[in-house]
Amino acid sequence: MSNWIDVCHIDDLQPDSGVCALVKGQQIALFYLPRLQLVFAIGNYDPFSQANVLSRGMVGDLGGQPMLASPMYKQHFYLHTGVCFEDANVSVPTYPARIENDRVAIQLPE
Amino acid sequence: MNTQQTLVVIGNGMVGQHFLASLVNSAAKERYRIVTFCEEPRAAYDRVHLSEYFSGKSAEDLSLVEAGFFAEHGIEIHLGDKAASIDRQQKTVTSAKGVVIAYDKLVLATGSYPFVPPVPGHERAQCLVYRTIEDLEAIQAAAAKSKIGTVVGGGLLGLEAAKALKDLGLETHVVEFAPRLMAVQLDDGGGAMLKQKIQALGVTVHLNKNTSLIDDGEHCLHKMNFADGEVLETDLILFSAGIRPRDDIARACELAVGPRGGIVIDNQCRTSDPAIYAIGECALWNGQIFGLVAPGYAMARTVVADLADNDASFTGFDMSTKLKLMGVDVASIGDAHARTQGALVYTYQNGSSEIYKRLVVSQDKKQLLGAVLVGEASGYSTLLQYCLNGIELPENPDALILPQRSDESVGLGPDALPASAQICSCHDVSKGQICSAVEAGCTTIGQLKTETKAATGCGGCSALLKSVLDCELTKLGVEVSTDICEHFPHTRQDLYNQVMVEQIKTFDDLLDKHGKGLGCEVCKQAVGSILASYWNDYILEKPHIGLQDTNDTYLANMQKDGTYSIVPRVTGGEITPDGLIVLGQVAKKYGLYTKITGGQRVDLFGARVEQLPLIWAELIAAGFESGHAYGKSLRTVKSCVGSTWCRYGIDDSVGLAIELENRYKGLRAPHKIKFAVSGCTRECAEAQGKDIGVIATENGWNLYVCGNGGMKPRHADLFATNLDKQTLIQYIDRVLIFYIRTAARLQRTSVWMENMEGGLDYLKAVVLEDRLGIAEQLEQQMQHVINTYQCEWTTTLQDENKLKRFRHFVNSDQADDNVVFVEERGQVRPANSEERKHFKLIEEAA
Ligand SMILES: Cc1cc2nc3c(=O)[nH]c(=O)nc-3n(C[C@H](O)[C@H](O)[C@H](O)COP(=O)(O)OP(=O)(O)OC[C@H]3O[C@@H](n4cnc5c(N)ncnc54)[C@H](O)[C@@H]3O)c2cc1C
Ligand code: SF4
Ligand code: SF4
Repeated sequence: MSNWIDVCHIDDLQPDSGVCALVKGQQIALFYLPRLQLVFAIGNYDPFSQANVLSRGMVGDLGGQPMLASPMYKQHFYLHTGVCFEDANVSVPTYPARIENDRVAIQLPE
Repeated sequence: MNTQQTLVVIGNGMVGQHFLASLVNSAAKERYRIVTFCEEPRAAYDRVHLSEYFSGKSAEDLSLVEAGFFAEHGIEIHLGDKAASIDRQQKTVTSAKGVVIAYDKLVLATGSYPFVPPVPGHERAQCLVYRTIEDLEAIQAAAAKSKIGTVVGGGLLGLEAAKALKDLGLETHVVEFAPRLMAVQLDDGGGAMLKQKIQALGVTVHLNKNTSLIDDGEHCLHKMNFADGEVLETDLILFSAGIRPRDDIARACELAVGPRGGIVIDNQCRTSDPAIYAIGECALWNGQIFGLVAPGYAMARTVVADLADNDASFTGFDMSTKLKLMGVDVASIGDAHARTQGALVYTYQNGSSEIYKRLVVSQDKKQLLGAVLVGEASGYSTLLQYCLNGIELPENPDALILPQRSDESVGLGPDALPASAQICSCHDVSKGQICSAVEAGCTTIGQLKTETKAATGCGGCSALLKSVLDCELTKLGVEVSTDICEHFPHTRQDLYNQVMVEQIKTFDDLLDKHGKGLGCEVCKQAVGSILASYWNDYILEKPHIGLQDTNDTYLANMQKDGTYSIVPRVTGGEITPDGLIVLGQVAKKYGLYTKITGGQRVDLFGARVEQLPLIWAELIAAGFESGHAYGKSLRTVKSCVGSTWCRYGIDDSVGLAIELENRYKGLRAPHKIKFAVSGCTRECAEAQGKDIGVIATENGWNLYVCGNGGMKPRHADLFATNLDKQTLIQYIDRVLIFYIRTAARLQRTSVWMENMEGGLDYLKAVVLEDRLGIAEQLEQQMQHVINTYQCEWTTTLQDENKLKRFRHFVNSDQADDNVVFVEERGQVRPANSEERKHFKLIEEAA
């Protein structure tokens, strides 16, 4: 069981939108969806445009599944699994994330 | 083996040109070398819309010939050269300039000339006709010297000419020999109603008047003396007393002509010489001359088919017409005069709303034979289909012309029409062709227009076309869903109305009341745009920030490597040397790539998120403001240099452009909006390719709307002419807010117009005549947006909290190491993936 790594304060997040955090040298996109009371963490790197931009995409749901739309070429990624909706062979890494005592923490694989 | 024969076409008018255009698309094209003689100084133009020349359309606008058409298809055209004679033995045509061409096949498309009654005095100065562009120029010149103008002839063309005189500012009279207007198409009741309406518009109508002499007037140039002893003084006389076929060249070579003129043709449009065809208004078929374009086009297609050895024949043409005369709807179908044996007549007249309708039905009340509609002609398509397709009438045929009081519909559903039913008569498109196009994937009116050409002529069939489309789509099981996305079972227009009526201020509120789920980028952006258009709040307020895509969030345009570009506003494209220097200095300091945009501004590329506020602080300090290049909003008002500097300039296009841009800057809309202003008709600012285009004329500003460059260019429509600035602005306010209220998501004004039911006329009715009674509301809403304008960068820089967003990482001040530039042509550009790998290696080695 890996450890929770403290990333930032909950006020650093943008409700219904994303921010990017640098965690152990990795770019992690964090999305806070107040309606679900959940925070999601996924890789910030967009495999389609090869740019670090996913944190700047728009969030919502597709068929009830929380998703993110890339700001560059608008592909959708499911926030729970990281799988791309348009091309199931492509996915981005996802990481466990939580809010505790107003602090946001995530886990990275060892 | 060279077996090519020569085909000569005499006359490059509407029908001659339609013939050429059909021929080059046919198999017969390869067999012929094509030569055409065109007497007029310019190739074919649209005579049907000739009057628009007075409202600002140029000869080029009216042209029917695509640029490069003759060259592309190897057609030899002799412009300004009249065919003078035909030698049928030698098979040659000799022109007025002496060109001799040997032909194998000859097509006569010489049209007709306006008949001028041989009244003594008819050849006096300022006695004119109405057929060519040169005629219109002469009328314009004469009108400038006149106060009163009179049209001789109260037919279709005469009334159109009367409108032109009225628009030129003359006191206008119409003198008609017959006891009613439009004697060919209308019965007495219809003619009387039309007269009443036209008089109400300020044109005086004199019926039963036979002009016997024209001589010197006392107050005006002319005095017209009528057989009944009355007189009328006028400065200008326009003869519009019918047309006569131009058959002189045919007579001279002894082709058969009718007793009252017209070159006799058979069902293949062949004259008495099988090598010679005649088409259009010069041709006489079965004792009849056809004075409309559609039958001429049908003849042209028949000849093309005959040349390609396909079976085709011209067997007459339905002369039903629907038109708008001085804003009055008039339609005539089939046997309007009830000449058929035993015909029964129903009439409906509503004196107060000035509507007259008449139905002519067969004795057994089963078939519609004819109809007349004046004042209200929306039933035209349905009635015409009954008449043309012999569809059995409902039990009480008069229901078809009585006003509908219940919700039972008497319109003919498109299902009742046979596949052969002609929907568009201008381009001869049948219901069957439309159905196939829908099966092949067309789902919008716009696509159908491109695919089949239906509704691109006079446009009279667009409502019917739409109903066929909807009906077919439903049958194909294509659910005609207009929902914006899975979260809202509504169109963008519905959502707009909900926001307006319920005064909703946030996406969350709208989602709770009318939607489901979390929303997605589609509905969020659409609602974000609606809220911004309606309330014009700062878009980065907390409840709105999640509705913005990355460009709006960072108030800059994202580029392929995740950096942004910055476009400060340069109103009207006017910038001082100091302004330019600041842009240069800032770009240099932050290492930005600079490029001039198509909208006459400077785009600064390669800024990282954390640099954006720093750069903007410097720009704002130097007096720049946000250019909204990132938003679906007003972009630029492009201008030419205008009368301040330009030798040809008529008005100050730059000054107006600046004023317009300052007025509408920041206005958010369903899509981006571009304007341009030109200082004269040379149109250097390309205003006719913009959503809103303005061109200076001697008498004010001409307004064009719904043009577009980009992926699918669209020429803007001329909307109103000779406006003063205040009226111009008023109209633009109304058009823009009406667009914002009613367009679909991400719909440019061009597509909005293409899909608008009623098209340009409807938009004119809403904006110019205030048909919906909302003009004042539209203006007020625009005023609200103008009053609440803010430079979004100025606001952002003042708010510490908002600035927090402009960092690559929430928890570190580092920059994104994936952004790497290399140099090219003296500036930076994003490294490609190969270059980037190389860069990483060097870094790791270091
Ligand atoms: C103001 C106006 C409004 C109209 N409105 C409508 C309408 O709403 N609906 C409708 O259906 N119709 C309308 N018409 C009628 C329509 O314009 C004609 O039916 C159509 O133009 C006929 O085409 P055409 O080619 O036969 O003749 P034209 O268009 O007249 O073309 C004939 C051409 O041949 C040239 N020519 C003649 N002799 C020679 C020669 N010997 N050598 C070389 N060239 C020669 C002529 O100069 C002319 O350019 C309108 C006409 C006018 C004037
Ligand atoms: S449009 Fe007219 S005024 Fe403007 S630059 Fe061109 S020629 Fe000059
Ligand atoms: S035309 Fe294409 S490549 Fe050029 S700026 Fe527009 S989208 Fe980009």
